[in-house]
Parts: sequence; structure tokens; C-alpha cells
Amino acid sequence: MSTIAARPESALMPKRHYANVKHSVASWLLTTDHKRIAILYLISITVFFAVGGFFASMIRLELLTPKGDLFDGDTYNKMFTLHGIIMIFFFLIPSIPAVLGNFLIPLMVGAKDLAFPKINLLSWYLYIIGGLLAVWALVKGGVDTGWTFYTPYSSTYAKTEVFLAVSAAFIAGFSSILTGLNFIVTIHKMRAPGLTWFRLPLFVWAHYATSLIQILGTPVVAITLVLVGVERIWGKGIFDPSLGGDPVLFQHLFWFYSHPAVYIMILPGMGVISEVITCFSRKRIFGYEFIAFSSLAIAIVGFLVWGHHMFVSTQSTYAGMVFSFLTFLVAVPSAIKVFNWTATLYKGEITFEAPMLYAFGFIGLFTIGGLTGLFLGAMATDIHFHDTYFVVAHFHYVMVGGMVMGFMCGLHFWWPKMTGRMYPATIASIAAIIVFIGFNLTFFPQFILGYLGMPRRYHEYAAEFQVLNVMSTAGASILGVGYAIPGFYFMWSLFFGPAAGPNPWGAKGLEWQTQSPPTTFNFDEGQPIVVEEAYAYSIGGSESVS
Amino acid sequence: MSHSSDSLVAHHFEDIEQQNESAVLGMWLFLGQEIMFFGGLFAVYLVYRFKYPDAWAAGSTDLDITLGTFNTVVLLVSSLTMAMGVWSAQTGRQKSLIRYLLATLVLGSTFLVVKFFEYKHKWDYHHVPGPSFSFQSEHFPNAAESNVQLFYTLYFIMTGMHALHMVIGAGLLIWLIVLAWKGKFGPHNFMKVELTGFYWHFVDIVWVFLFPLLYLINRHH
Amino acid sequence: MAQHVVPPSTYVKVFGGLTILMILTVVMAFFNLGVLNPVVALTIAILKALLIVLFFMNVKYSSKLTMIFVACGFFWLLIMFFLIMPDYISREWLTPAIPW
Repeated sequence: MSTIAARPESALMPKRHYANVKHSVASWLLTTDHKRIAILYLISITVFFAVGGFFASMIRLELLTPKGDLFDGDTYNKMFTLHGIIMIFFFLIPSIPAVLGNFLIPLMVGAKDLAFPKINLLSWYLYIIGGLLAVWALVKGGVDTGWTFYTPYSSTYAKTEVFLAVSAAFIAGFSSILTGLNFIVTIHKMRAPGLTWFRLPLFVWAHYATSLIQILGTPVVAITLVLVGVERIWGKGIFDPSLGGDPVLFQHLFWFYSHPAVYIMILPGMGVISEVITCFSRKRIFGYEFIAFSSLAIAIVGFLVWGHHMFVSTQSTYAGMVFSFLTFLVAVPSAIKVFNWTATLYKGEITFEAPMLYAFGFIGLFTIGGLTGLFLGAMATDIHFHDTYFVVAHFHYVMVGGMVMGFMCGLHFWWPKMTGRMYPATIASIAAIIVFIGFNLTFFPQFILGYLGMPRRYHEYAAEFQVLNVMSTAGASILGVGYAIPGFYFMWSLFFGPAAGPNPWGAKGLEWQTQSPPTTFNFDEGQPIVVEEAYAYSIGGSESVS
Repeated sequence: MSHSSDSLVAHHFEDIEQQNESAVLGMWLFLGQEIMFFGGLFAVYLVYRFKYPDAWAAGSTDLDITLGTFNTVVLLVSSLTMAMGVWSAQTGRQKSLIRYLLATLVLGSTFLVVKFFEYKHKWDYHHVPGPSFSFQSEHFPNAAESNVQLFYTLYFIMTGMHALHMVIGAGLLIWLIVLAWKGKFGPHNFMKVELTGFYWHFVDIVWVFLFPLLYLINRHH
Repeated sequence: MAQHVVPPSTYVKVFGGLTILMILTVVMAFFNLGVLNPVVALTIAILKALLIVLFFMNVKYSSKLTMIFVACGFFWLLIMFFLIMPDYISREWLTPAIPW
């Protein structure tokens, strides 16, 4: 591992910064400072990640043996449902935008705060209220519909706490909408002088695209969940087959949001990778405009493909063909990003810091996740793979291999900025490698399991699948260790880590020009003025693009 | 965000222009999500009207077109008074601002009262979806009772969601009236009135679509 | 921008237009135009919505950015309608070919 060249050994923690201006609990819970709200989010999503991770480990434990010897079927159904609901609505969707985006977007655009600080705080409270409802649903007996709440099971037959869970997702949805709204207004209206659109960091572009999806997609799932809730309470409803209602219509409306939601989860990760790859290659990013516009393209085309979740749902075959074709289109902007990142690495002065290792992990795993998505987007193969472990492996490669890697990558990259302190580099790198190994051991066998035909969402399975399942469970325990280690050294670094100084990585971007951690209003010397492009690193001048 | 009288510009904005532009853009983004929120319901409407045209016609013909039209007029007038309220704030006419806001509030409440009596009428005639639902159509023998029940389910959810937005709007109007009473608005400080106006007009637009889609199908029978 | 003050006379004219359109839509509903009935009703509704958006909501006098976002909202709605409907229109097409 190379040493961190740019960090002066004598760096001292600044006397005053956003985290130590006031110390009371109220000063945190009533704060409107985007950085403090980001920390609130970081703590709360970590808690939910742990809860979701607990359910994941219960699932993997149960699947260690072919027989259902740990839980019965009903309990197992609740396990995977709560794992899904908590991980998606309370970890993945808010993770990068609400933590890193919240912390960094005002810094990156040179503003004192987000455009609507009170609304920002409100969205954290909405998130917490939604989260508490989810926990309440869990305590009262759980939910067993799967995170997708498919009708008519969810609306008519399920005997579990569907209404609470649906309300939880509904409220968390508005938290997500308000965060997106705040970001878009901030990016449009609060950029520093000289910070033109094409000088914006790609992290900001990615969040702009994410916010568009949050604003245009989330309300649709909100009203859909309202319809499910109404049908449960009222007894009669929109998706009720006895009235001529169509349960498949629920799937249309649900996936109209929930497929783009996949891009809510992955686009911010892509933004993080764009920052980290270029910093540790010491090289201007290759194809800035292509990466920027491919984010928007993913946001738009992502809305046109939802029907590929419904190939075997009695959706018309002709509609399926249209959706299948459009699904292949969305692979294009995703591939553009991967190619541009690899081109950025080419002839760069690459160093292997912990964030960079996570970034490498992201690129490789996301590529596998994306390519296996094409198998599922093709109607003929999807008939075979539908509802098997192949699907489970596919979306975990994108969500965990992509998004969680991206989150860990960003957290390690900006941790010195957020806390002003360094973490132990070697241990962090080892943890990154453990996560990578554990992840692949967990989920690659699931591709094979799915290919062999093991269906998802059962607590028992045929004995011939056991070897691969044992591998997967073993991998999960390694993965768990990999995720736990950063928890320890991050806590350690808060108290004992050496001071980072303003710019420990020698990175470009406005956020690195102010002290670490920043003061409450970010730039004490007044609003910064931007005179150069983003990523003006030493290698590959501006001629390398367009 | 902060509105002390000496400084209208919140700490994180450079000037009042930036603050106002941000507020307007933010409100439009919020309305964008409102469009999609109601859009989900309109999509449901579209699918089922396509599937069950007769039931839709039967259910629609049975709604009270007089009350529906009356309520449409009420909402259009309330949009006019709201717009005039914004104009009063912009030009510093304190008293007429309060009058127009009050008028808007009264009209909005009128709409809700009429809506309540429409609902009550449906309840009395067993047109509320549920175990006691019953419906006979003279003009549309092909309309299955179950499908008409689906129409009424959607009718109640769509108009109910619209009415809920009206109630929120009325709450915002009361808040504005209190602020106007305290003399908080003027030619340089009218964003709250303007943005509430946007919201009120948006709710009006939803009704502009709901009215023909729910009340005016196949009236010529 | 937001500072543009629209004179009350404009508001009253717009209100007049809205009232005429509303009367028109009710009257037209009582004529049998066949498939054109919903088309007429929706066209009038869209015109009314345009009047409200452009004048009552000041979009005619706002920045391009606002216009783009307003258009975006309605465009996304159309995406949803246009991609849901093909399923319902074509779902029955293959059914007779299935032997059971």
C-alpha cells in the first residue's frame, strides 16, 4: 500500500468545526446544518443496516441445511420480507444520497447549505418515523408478503402487519422525495460563481439524475401503497379481482417506481466511483460529458423498462417484447460509464488506497450484476430464471456489489472530510479485500443455484443444492466480518485517528479546499470562485476528451 | 426560511432573488411529484375504463351532474380569488389580500360541504363499496354490478384524495390569513402567498380532469 | 420571474375563458359524438389546465427552467400511460392460440 503523500504529518484538528460548535442533544436533533443531518442519517442507516443484516444472516443460517430446522416457513417468510423492506427502503435508498450527498453536495457546489435546510431536517424525521413504523411492524409480528407487497396476497389474504409496513414505506418515500427536491434546487440555484454545469463533479451529476427519479417515481409507489392500504382497511379496493380489479395492475404501478428505484440506489454509487477512480489515478476523468449524460440517460430510460419484472405475470407477451427491448437499451449508458472508468485508469498513476480497492470492487461486481441482468431482461431466458436464486444473485451483485461497495468506497474516501481524522490504511485495505472475497463467495454460488433451478423464497430445498448453499453461508459470515471491521476502526479513528488536514488524498474539488471537518457554513473565507474544470489532475490534460 | 422583518434573506442564500427563485423551483418540483401521485390514480382509471366501459358509463351517469358542475364553478372562482390574493400581496393591498384569502377559504369550504352531501347521498343509496353495495342501471344492462363497484371505489379514492388536498389547502389558507392579519406580507415578501396559490391552482387542475372523467361519461343516454 | 405582476384584468379574462370551456364541456357531454366524447372532454380539460398553469400559476412569465420542469411532470405521466396501456390492449391477442 502506498503512503498518503499529500497529508502533512503536522496537520492539526481545527479548533472550531460543524460538529463541536454546540454539544447538546437538541443541537443535533433540531439542527438544520446539512452536515449534521448527514451524520444523523449515517447513524440511523447504520442501525438499519445492522437490523437488515441480522435478518440476512438468519436467512443464510436457515439455508445451511436442506430441511427447515431453524424456522418454519411462516417465520422464514417474515425474515426475507423484513430483510428486503429494511435494506431497500431504510438502507439502500437513503444510503449515499442522504449521507454522502447531504454532506457533500453543498460543499461541492460551494454553498453554505442545501436550499431548504428545514425541509432537509423534516426528511430525516420522516425517515425516522417510517423506520419506527417498520420496527413496530416487526415487533408486532412481522410481515410476510415479500418487500414487493404483491396483491392480492398483501391486500386480502396476508394475516401479518401489512398495513404498518406499507405505511412505513409510504412515509419513508416522502423523505426520499424531499431529499431529491432539495438537491435539485440546490444544484440549480446555489452553485458558486464560475461553477458551470460542465465543471460540476460527476458525483453531483449522478445525484441530480437520482433526484429526478426520486421526485418523479416515488409518488407513484406512494399512491400505490395507499391503494393497498385502503383495500386492506376497507375490504374493497382497486386490485380486488372479485370486482374485476386486476392484481397485475399493482405490479405495473409498483415497478413503475421500483425499477427506477434500482437506479436511485446505483446512480449515487456511480457518482462516488467517478470521484475516487480519477483521484487515485491522478488523471483527468475520461469522457466527462459521456459520464454526466449517461447518468441522465439511465434516469430517463430506467423509467421505460419496468415490465421486465412481469414477464411471467400474465402481462401481454407483446408488451413484454417492448419492455425487453427497452431493457437492453438501458445497458448502453451503464456500459458507457464502465468503459470510461477503465479508460480513466489507463496510464494513470494508480495507488491502491482503501477507497480505490472498493472502487475496483464496484466496477467488477457491478459489471457482473449488469451483464446477468441482460439474461433476465431477455424473455426466453427469464422464463427459466424467474424467481430462482439467479435473480437473487443478480440483484445482490448490483445492490451489494454495486451500491454497498460504492457506499463503503465513498465513506472511506470522505471520512477524513467528515470527521477530520484518518483511519488505519492497512486495516481498511484488508477489510476491503475481505468484503470482496466474502461477497463473491456468498453470491456467486447463488448464480449457479439459480441456474440449476433452486427457487427463491423457500426455507427448504432439495438436498443436491446443499454444497453451494453451505458455500454461500460461509461467504456470508466472511462478508459480515468484512463489514464489522470498519465499524471498529472508524470508531477508533474518531478518538485516536491522526488529523487529516484539508486534503489528505490530494484530491480536486471544492470540498477539499475547506478545512476538515468544515465549519458550519462550509467556507469561512466567503463563497469560493471556480476557475477550472473538475478533475484537473496532473495527467491527461483537457485534450483527452471531446 | 427565516422571516424576521429586518432581513428577509435566509443565511445560506446570497440575495432575495436567489431565495425566491429557489422557492419557486422547489414548489414546482413538489407539484411535479403531486402530478405523479395523482397520475397513478389516473392510470388506474384509464386501465379500468378501457376494460369496463359500460360499468364506467353506468356509474358516471348516476353521479349528480348538477352538484358536480356547481362544485366546478366554485373551484374556478376560488382560483380567481386566490390569483387576486397574490396580486393584492404583490401590490401591497393588505385589506384586499385578507378579503381574497377569506373568499378563497369560504369557496374551498363550500366545495367540501357539497362533496360531503354527495358522499352522504351515495351512502344512503348503497353506492358506497362494501357488503351493502347495490346498483341497478336502466341504461347500461351490460354493466356488471361488481365492475360498477370498482368504479365507485375509484370514485371515492380519487375524489377523497382530492378532498384531502383541499383540506390541506384550507389549512394553508388559514395560516396565510393569520399572517396577513399580522401584516407579514408586502411587495417584497409574498412568496408564501404565491406558493400556496400554486398549490391551490394545482388542486383545481386535478378537479378540472376529475370532473369530465367521473361525471361526464355518456351523458347523452 | 416571480416578481412579474399580472394585472387583474388578465385574471378575469382567463376566468371568463375557463367558465366558457366548462359550460362547453358539460353541454358537449349531452351530445352523442361516439368515440369523440372522451376526446372532446379531455381536450377541453387540457385547455383549461393550460390556462390555469400559464396564467394563474404564472408559468407564461417564468423562466425556461420552470417550464421544462412543468413539462417534465406531464411528460412522465404520459410515459406511464403509454407503457401501461399496451399490456391491456394486447393481453387478449394470444389467448385463443393457447390450447387449454
